Amino acid sequence: MTFQPFTLIDAASIAKIDVSIDADSPLVSNSTLQSAIGWSVKPEGFCREEICIPAGAAITRDGLVDLAAFARLMGRPLVVDVAERALSLGAAAAERSDALQSLEASDFTLPDLDGKLHSLSQYRGRKILLASYASW
Amino acid sequence: MYQELKDEGFTVITVALDKDPDAARPWIEAAAPTHPSLIDTKHVVADLYNMVNIPTILWIDEQGRIVRPNDVAYGNNKYQQVTGLDADVHKRALRAWVKGERGAFGAERARALQRLPTAEHQEARAEFALGQWLWEQGRTQAADRHFVRAGELAPHDFTIRRGSMPMRNIDPMGPEFFKMATEWREAGQPYYHPLPDE
Repeated sequence: MTFQPFTLIDAASIAKIDVSIDADSPLVSNSTLQSAIGWSVKPEGFCREEICIPAGAAITRDGLVDLAAFARLMGRPLVVDVAERALSLGAAAAERSDALQSLEASDFTLPDLDGKLHSLSQYRGRKILLASYASW
Repeated sequence: MYQELKDEGFTVITVALDKDPDAARPWIEAAAPTHPSLIDTKHVVADLYNMVNIPTILWIDEQGRIVRPNDVAYGNNKYQQVTGLDADVHKRALRAWVKGERGAFGAERARALQRLPTAEHQEARAEFALGQWLWEQGRTQAADRHFVRAGELAPHDFTIRRGSMPMRNIDPMGPEFFKMATEWREAGQPYYHPLPDE
Protein backbone atom coordinates (compact mmCIF):
# COMPACT_ATOMS: atom_id res chain seq x y z
CA MET A 1 0.00 0.00 0.00
CA THR A 2 1.82 3.07 -1.23
CA PHE A 3 0.47 6.45 -0.30
CA GLN A 4 1.19 9.43 -2.53
CA PRO A 5 0.32 13.07 -2.01
CA PHE A 6 -2.77 14.12 -3.92
CA THR A 7 -4.45 17.48 -4.13
CA LEU A 8 -8.05 17.47 -2.93
CA ILE A 9 -10.28 20.25 -4.19
CA ASP A 10 -13.36 20.55 -2.01
CA ALA A 11 -15.55 23.56 -2.82
CA ALA A 12 -13.13 26.47 -2.84
CA SER A 13 -10.58 24.85 -0.52
CA ILE A 14 -7.46 22.93 -1.47
CA ALA A 15 -5.78 20.31 0.70
CA LYS A 16 -2.89 17.89 0.27
CA ILE A 17 -3.85 14.39 1.32
CA ASP A 18 -2.17 11.01 1.15
CA VAL A 19 -3.97 8.61 -1.16
CA SER A 20 -3.28 5.02 -2.09
CA ILE A 21 -4.70 3.96 -5.43
CA ASP A 22 -5.80 0.33 -5.31
CA ALA A 23 -7.44 -1.02 -8.44
CA ASP A 24 -8.55 2.51 -9.38
CA SER A 25 -10.01 3.15 -5.92
CA PRO A 26 -8.68 6.15 -3.98
CA LEU A 27 -8.01 4.88 -0.45
CA VAL A 28 -7.29 7.12 2.51
CA SER A 29 -6.79 6.65 6.22
CA ASN A 30 -9.40 7.41 8.89
CA SER A 31 -7.43 10.40 10.06
CA THR A 32 -7.31 11.82 6.53
CA LEU A 33 -11.06 11.44 6.23
CA GLN A 34 -11.45 13.31 9.50
CA SER A 35 -9.02 16.11 8.80
CA ALA A 36 -9.78 16.62 5.12
CA ILE A 37 -13.50 15.88 4.88
CA GLY A 38 -14.70 16.21 8.47
CA TRP A 39 -16.18 12.72 8.78
CA SER A 40 -14.83 10.03 11.07
CA VAL A 41 -15.02 6.27 11.09
CA LYS A 42 -16.78 4.69 14.06
CA PRO A 43 -18.34 1.26 14.70
CA GLU A 44 -21.64 2.80 13.55
CA GLY A 45 -20.07 3.83 10.25
CA PHE A 46 -19.23 7.27 8.93
CA CYS A 47 -20.09 9.89 11.50
CA ARG A 48 -20.24 13.65 11.54
CA GLU A 49 -21.51 15.33 14.67
CA GLU A 50 -24.76 13.54 15.51
CA ILE A 51 -25.20 11.81 12.16
CA CYS A 52 -23.87 8.35 11.31
CA ILE A 53 -24.22 6.43 8.05
CA PRO A 54 -23.42 2.71 7.79
CA ALA A 55 -20.14 2.47 5.93
CA GLY A 56 -20.60 -0.92 4.32
CA ALA A 57 -18.19 -1.61 1.48
CA ALA A 58 -16.70 1.87 1.71
CA ILE A 59 -14.21 0.62 4.29
CA THR A 60 -11.69 -1.89 3.00
CA ARG A 61 -10.31 -5.01 4.67
CA ASP A 62 -7.26 -3.02 5.69
CA GLY A 63 -9.43 -0.47 7.46
CA LEU A 64 -8.85 2.19 4.84
CA VAL A 65 -11.61 4.36 3.45
CA ASP A 66 -12.50 4.11 -0.22
CA LEU A 67 -13.15 7.77 -0.95
CA ALA A 68 -15.13 7.00 -4.09
CA ALA A 69 -17.45 4.68 -2.18
CA PHE A 70 -17.71 7.24 0.61
CA ALA A 71 -18.65 9.95 -1.88
CA ARG A 72 -21.30 7.69 -3.42
CA LEU A 73 -22.78 7.06 0.04
CA MET A 74 -22.97 10.82 0.57
CA GLY A 75 -24.46 11.41 -2.88
CA ARG A 76 -21.51 13.68 -3.64
CA PRO A 77 -19.61 13.69 -6.93
CA LEU A 78 -15.93 12.74 -6.71
CA VAL A 79 -13.68 13.21 -9.71
CA VAL A 80 -10.37 11.33 -9.53
CA ASP A 81 -7.44 12.06 -11.81
CA VAL A 82 -4.75 9.53 -10.93
CA ALA A 83 -2.24 10.80 -13.48
CA GLU A 84 -2.51 14.37 -12.17
CA ARG A 85 -2.73 13.22 -8.53
CA ALA A 86 -5.80 15.31 -7.94
CA LEU A 87 -9.34 14.79 -6.71
CA SER A 88 -12.34 17.10 -6.82
CA LEU A 89 -15.20 16.58 -4.36
CA GLY A 90 -18.44 18.40 -5.11
CA ALA A 91 -21.61 19.10 -3.20
CA ALA A 92 -24.50 16.62 -3.27
CA ALA A 93 -27.38 17.60 -5.54
CA ALA A 94 -29.78 16.76 -2.72
CA GLU A 95 -28.02 19.13 -0.34
CA ARG A 96 -28.12 21.99 -2.86
CA SER A 97 -31.74 21.26 -3.80
CA ASP A 98 -32.90 21.09 -0.19
CA ALA A 99 -31.21 24.39 0.58
CA LEU A 100 -32.79 26.06 -2.46
CA GLN A 101 -36.23 24.68 -1.72
CA SER A 102 -36.02 25.86 1.88
CA LEU A 103 -35.92 29.36 0.33
CA GLU A 104 -33.31 30.33 2.90
CA ALA A 105 -30.69 32.12 0.79
CA SER A 106 -27.38 30.26 1.28
CA ASP A 107 -24.66 32.40 2.81
CA PHE A 108 -21.36 32.94 1.05
CA THR A 109 -18.24 35.05 1.59
CA LEU A 110 -16.39 36.53 -1.38
CA PRO A 111 -13.86 39.31 -1.93
CA ASP A 112 -14.36 42.56 -3.79
CA LEU A 113 -11.70 44.01 -6.08
CA ASP A 114 -9.80 45.37 -3.08
CA GLY A 115 -9.75 41.93 -1.50
CA LYS A 116 -12.19 42.95 1.21
CA LEU A 117 -14.47 40.06 2.16
CA HIS A 118 -18.25 40.41 2.09
CA SER A 119 -20.81 37.91 3.32
CA LEU A 120 -24.40 37.81 2.12
CA SER A 121 -25.48 37.51 5.76
CA GLN A 122 -23.95 40.86 6.70
CA TYR A 123 -26.61 42.49 4.52
CA ARG A 124 -29.48 40.84 6.40
CA GLY A 125 -32.18 43.40 7.08
CA ARG A 126 -32.04 44.84 3.57
CA LYS A 127 -33.82 43.79 0.40
CA ILE A 128 -31.18 42.35 -1.91
CA LEU A 129 -30.86 41.95 -5.65
CA LEU A 130 -28.20 39.29 -6.17
CA ALA A 131 -26.92 39.46 -9.74
CA SER A 132 -24.27 37.34 -11.41
CA TYR A 133 -22.42 38.31 -14.58
CA ALA A 134 -19.12 37.58 -16.31
CA SER A 135 -16.68 38.87 -18.89
CA TRP A 136 -17.44 35.87 -21.07
CA MET B 1 -32.14 53.49 -10.13
CA TYR B 2 -30.16 51.47 -7.62
CA GLN B 3 -28.91 54.70 -6.06
CA GLU B 4 -32.48 55.92 -5.74
CA LEU B 5 -33.54 52.72 -3.99
CA LYS B 6 -30.56 52.56 -1.63
CA ASP B 7 -32.37 54.66 0.93
CA GLU B 8 -35.32 52.31 0.82
CA GLY B 9 -33.30 49.53 2.47
CA PHE B 10 -32.16 47.99 -0.80
CA THR B 11 -28.72 46.67 -1.76
CA VAL B 12 -27.45 45.25 -5.02
CA ILE B 13 -24.76 42.58 -4.74
CA THR B 14 -23.08 41.70 -8.01
CA VAL B 15 -21.02 38.56 -8.39
CA ALA B 16 -18.54 38.14 -11.25
CA LEU B 17 -18.13 34.52 -12.34
CA ASP B 18 -14.67 35.10 -13.75
CA LYS B 19 -11.47 33.10 -13.40
CA ASP B 20 -9.57 36.07 -12.01
CA PRO B 21 -10.34 39.54 -10.66
CA ASP B 22 -8.69 41.23 -13.64
CA ALA B 23 -11.30 39.83 -16.01
CA ALA B 24 -14.09 41.53 -14.07
CA ARG B 25 -12.12 44.69 -13.25
CA PRO B 26 -13.05 46.70 -16.37
CA TRP B 27 -16.74 46.18 -15.73
CA ILE B 28 -16.53 47.08 -12.08
CA GLU B 29 -14.34 50.12 -12.60
CA ALA B 30 -16.52 51.42 -15.42
CA ALA B 31 -19.63 51.08 -13.29
CA ALA B 32 -17.89 52.59 -10.25
CA PRO B 33 -20.57 51.03 -8.10
CA THR B 34 -21.34 51.94 -4.54
CA HIS B 35 -22.69 48.46 -3.94
CA PRO B 36 -20.65 45.33 -3.21
CA SER B 37 -19.13 43.96 -6.41
CA LEU B 38 -17.75 40.55 -5.60
CA ILE B 39 -15.41 38.23 -7.46
CA ASP B 40 -16.36 34.55 -7.55
CA THR B 41 -13.47 32.81 -9.28
CA LYS B 42 -14.52 29.37 -8.07
CA HIS B 43 -18.18 29.71 -9.04
CA VAL B 44 -19.27 29.24 -5.42
CA VAL B 45 -22.46 31.24 -5.93
CA ALA B 46 -23.21 29.47 -9.22
CA ASP B 47 -23.04 26.16 -7.33
CA LEU B 48 -25.06 27.30 -4.29
CA TYR B 49 -27.82 28.83 -6.42
CA ASN B 50 -27.66 26.49 -9.42
CA MET B 51 -26.87 29.30 -11.82
CA VAL B 52 -26.34 28.09 -15.35
CA ASN B 53 -25.76 31.32 -17.22
CA ILE B 54 -25.29 35.02 -16.77
CA PRO B 55 -26.89 37.30 -16.10
CA THR B 56 -28.85 35.54 -13.38
CA ILE B 57 -30.67 37.53 -10.75
CA LEU B 58 -32.58 36.69 -7.61
CA TRP B 59 -34.34 38.70 -4.92
CA ILE B 60 -33.66 38.08 -1.24
CA ASP B 61 -35.78 39.73 1.43
CA GLU B 62 -34.82 41.28 4.73
CA GLN B 63 -35.12 37.92 6.49
CA GLY B 64 -32.66 36.33 4.07
CA ARG B 65 -35.33 34.43 2.16
CA ILE B 66 -35.40 33.95 -1.60
CA VAL B 67 -38.56 35.69 -2.78
CA ARG B 68 -37.77 35.66 -6.49
CA PRO B 69 -35.70 32.69 -7.61
CA ASN B 70 -33.23 32.59 -10.51
CA ASP B 71 -34.37 34.84 -13.32
CA VAL B 72 -32.90 36.36 -16.45
CA ALA B 73 -32.81 40.13 -16.30
CA TYR B 74 -30.53 42.74 -17.76
CA GLY B 75 -29.64 46.15 -16.40
CA ASN B 76 -30.25 47.83 -19.71
CA ASN B 77 -31.56 47.11 -23.19
CA LYS B 78 -28.17 46.78 -24.90
CA TYR B 79 -28.94 43.17 -25.80
CA GLN B 80 -32.67 43.45 -26.33
CA GLN B 81 -32.39 42.61 -30.03
CA VAL B 82 -30.70 39.31 -29.17
CA THR B 83 -32.63 38.35 -26.06
CA GLY B 84 -36.03 39.80 -26.77
CA LEU B 85 -36.15 40.95 -23.15
CA ASP B 86 -37.16 44.45 -22.10
CA ALA B 87 -35.02 45.42 -19.11
CA ASP B 88 -37.70 47.83 -17.92
CA VAL B 89 -40.10 45.01 -17.05
CA HIS B 90 -37.82 43.68 -14.34
CA LYS B 91 -36.81 47.18 -13.24
CA ARG B 92 -40.44 48.15 -12.69
CA ALA B 93 -41.15 44.97 -10.73
CA LEU B 94 -37.99 45.47 -8.67
CA ARG B 95 -38.81 49.07 -7.86
CA ALA B 96 -42.37 48.13 -6.83
CA TRP B 97 -41.06 45.37 -4.57
CA VAL B 98 -38.42 47.55 -2.93
CA LYS B 99 -40.90 50.35 -2.30
CA GLY B 100 -43.30 47.88 -0.76
CA GLU B 101 -45.92 48.55 -3.43
CA ARG B 102 -45.96 44.94 -4.59
CA GLY B 103 -45.01 41.63 -3.03
CA ALA B 104 -42.68 39.14 -4.63
CA PHE B 105 -43.54 35.49 -5.26
CA GLY B 106 -45.15 33.57 -2.39
CA ALA B 107 -43.17 30.63 -0.98
CA GLU B 108 -45.06 27.93 -2.89
CA ARG B 109 -44.75 29.76 -6.21
CA ALA B 110 -41.08 30.59 -5.62
CA ARG B 111 -40.35 26.90 -4.97
CA ALA B 112 -42.25 25.82 -8.04
CA LEU B 113 -40.24 28.23 -10.17
CA GLN B 114 -36.86 26.97 -9.00
CA ARG B 115 -34.79 24.72 -11.24
CA LEU B 116 -32.93 22.26 -9.06
CA PRO B 117 -29.50 20.72 -9.73
CA THR B 118 -29.10 17.07 -10.70
CA ALA B 119 -26.35 14.66 -9.64
CA GLU B 120 -24.91 14.89 -13.15
CA HIS B 121 -24.80 18.64 -12.96
CA GLN B 122 -23.00 18.54 -9.63
CA GLU B 123 -20.48 16.17 -11.19
CA ALA B 124 -20.01 18.67 -14.01
CA ARG B 125 -19.24 21.34 -11.43
CA ALA B 126 -16.70 19.06 -9.73
CA GLU B 127 -15.05 18.42 -13.12
CA PHE B 128 -14.99 22.15 -13.84
CA ALA B 129 -13.39 22.84 -10.45
CA LEU B 130 -10.66 20.29 -11.13
CA GLY B 131 -10.14 21.69 -14.62
CA GLN B 132 -9.75 25.17 -13.22
CA TRP B 133 -7.22 24.10 -10.59
CA LEU B 134 -5.18 22.22 -13.19
CA TRP B 135 -5.28 25.26 -15.46
CA GLU B 136 -4.04 27.43 -12.59
CA GLN B 137 -1.09 25.02 -12.25
CA GLY B 138 -0.31 25.40 -15.94
CA ARG B 139 -1.41 21.82 -16.71
CA THR B 140 -3.57 22.92 -19.59
CA GLN B 141 -3.95 19.60 -21.40
CA ALA B 142 -5.14 17.85 -18.28
CA ALA B 143 -7.38 20.83 -17.50
CA ASP B 144 -8.92 20.59 -20.94
CA ARG B 145 -9.89 16.94 -20.42
CA HIS B 146 -11.90 17.94 -17.37
CA PHE B 147 -13.48 20.96 -19.00
CA VAL B 148 -14.58 18.75 -21.88
CA ARG B 149 -16.02 16.19 -19.47
CA ALA B 150 -17.79 18.94 -17.51
CA GLY B 151 -19.34 20.13 -20.76
CA GLU B 152 -20.53 16.64 -21.61
CA LEU B 153 -22.23 16.34 -18.21
CA ALA B 154 -23.84 19.77 -18.38
CA PRO B 155 -24.03 20.69 -22.07
CA HIS B 156 -26.37 23.62 -21.58
CA ASP B 157 -24.59 25.20 -18.62
CA PHE B 158 -23.03 28.40 -19.97
CA THR B 159 -21.08 29.02 -16.75
CA ILE B 160 -19.27 25.77 -17.46
CA ARG B 161 -19.07 25.62 -21.23
CA ARG B 162 -18.61 29.28 -21.96
CA GLY B 163 -16.95 29.96 -18.61
CA SER B 164 -14.17 27.48 -19.40
CA MET B 165 -13.43 28.95 -22.84
CA PRO B 166 -10.97 31.60 -21.57
CA MET B 167 -9.07 28.74 -19.87
CA ARG B 168 -9.07 26.69 -23.06
CA ASN B 169 -7.87 29.41 -25.37
CA ILE B 170 -11.25 29.44 -27.07
CA ASP B 171 -12.92 32.72 -27.93
CA PRO B 172 -16.09 32.92 -25.79
CA MET B 173 -17.63 35.13 -28.49
CA GLY B 174 -16.57 32.87 -31.37
CA PRO B 175 -17.84 29.89 -33.38
CA GLU B 176 -17.61 27.38 -30.51
CA PHE B 177 -19.87 29.54 -28.41
CA PHE B 178 -22.22 30.07 -31.33
CA LYS B 179 -22.45 26.30 -31.76
CA MET B 180 -23.18 25.83 -28.06
CA ALA B 181 -25.85 28.52 -28.06
CA THR B 182 -27.48 26.97 -31.13
CA GLU B 183 -27.59 23.57 -29.44
CA TRP B 184 -29.16 25.18 -26.40
CA ARG B 185 -31.79 26.94 -28.47
CA GLU B 186 -32.55 23.77 -30.42
CA ALA B 187 -32.94 21.88 -27.15
CA GLY B 188 -35.71 24.31 -26.25
CA GLN B 189 -33.60 26.68 -24.15
CA PRO B 190 -33.55 24.45 -21.09
CA TYR B 191 -33.02 25.82 -17.59
CA TYR B 192 -32.36 29.42 -18.51
CA HIS B 193 -35.30 31.57 -19.43
CA PRO B 194 -37.14 34.50 -17.87
CA LEU B 195 -39.69 33.81 -15.18
CA PRO B 196 -43.28 34.24 -16.28
CA ASP B 197 -44.77 37.64 -15.57
CA GLU B 198 -47.05 37.56 -12.57
